[in-house]
Amino acid sequence: MSYDKTFSVEGGNFQAAGNVSSEIKGILKELGLPRDTVRRAAIVCYESEINIVSYAKKGQIVLHADDQSVEIEAKDEGSGIPDIELAMKEGYSTATAQVREMGFGAGMGLSNMKRYADDFFISSEVGVGTYVKMVVFNLDLKLHPDHPQWVDTYT
Amino acid sequence: MDLAAIVKALNLKVGCGGNALNREVKGGYVGDLLSDVIANSQEGHVWITRQIHQNIVAVASLKDLAAIILVQGSEPAPDTLEKATREGIPILIATDPGFEVAGKIYKLIST
Repeated sequence: MSYDKTFSVEGGNFQAAGNVSSEIKGILKELGLPRDTVRRAAIVCYESEINIVSYAKKGQIVLHADDQSVEIEAKDEGSGIPDIELAMKEGYSTATAQVREMGFGAGMGLSNMKRYADDFFISSEVGVGTYVKMVVFNLDLKLHPDHPQWVDTYT
Repeated sequence: MDLAAIVKALNLKVGCGGNALNREVKGGYVGDLLSDVIANSQEGHVWITRQIHQNIVAVASLKDLAAIILVQGSEPAPDTLEKATREGIPILIATDPGFEVAGKIYKLIST
């Protein structure tokens, strides 16, 4: 099994924010991937989608899913991140007051991506944009007959 | 304890999702910062918040939360209700402030 699809995300459109992630979650469920894989992929996708909406003019989310893993790439044309190390710190945010009022801009987006993905890569150029790649491994429960509860320990 | 029992005990108004009240509630999370809720809530939790815009539905749906409970009589925005109905997420409205809602539900499900 192999599935690829590219989605576009409009910067500043908070009405539509989350739609791509919902669609991707539906696709991954349809593909029959394990619940934990679907859940984690949807979460990292949502955080990257919200970042594009909050900080970029426009962007793309590229989904690749196969039997081994789900890859989510998010690339945008936006303000970029001057100090990635600082941006990765939980609680640090440059969100506007308007964005914060809606409950975004908690400074946890990037750290949530790192936390829920098995593999996380980020690069950014100020004034150009940001690229994030996240991989969620598709762990086959059949490999763990003695630990069927294992997937639920991820929180 | 299922959602219906909580609705009854706290006299909550059901904004939408009345057909999904048989769901088991395993706990809850309180917060208005969406990424905090994404990071720390768990499947089957009720989410107690003051946010009323439609992005709360995406968060609840992503985390498979049992319901969203709005506090102090906050009415959800119309597009929030539409989206929640589509996604099958119950939205419940409490007249009490968040502290009391959390306290009452905590007591209900831990006894």
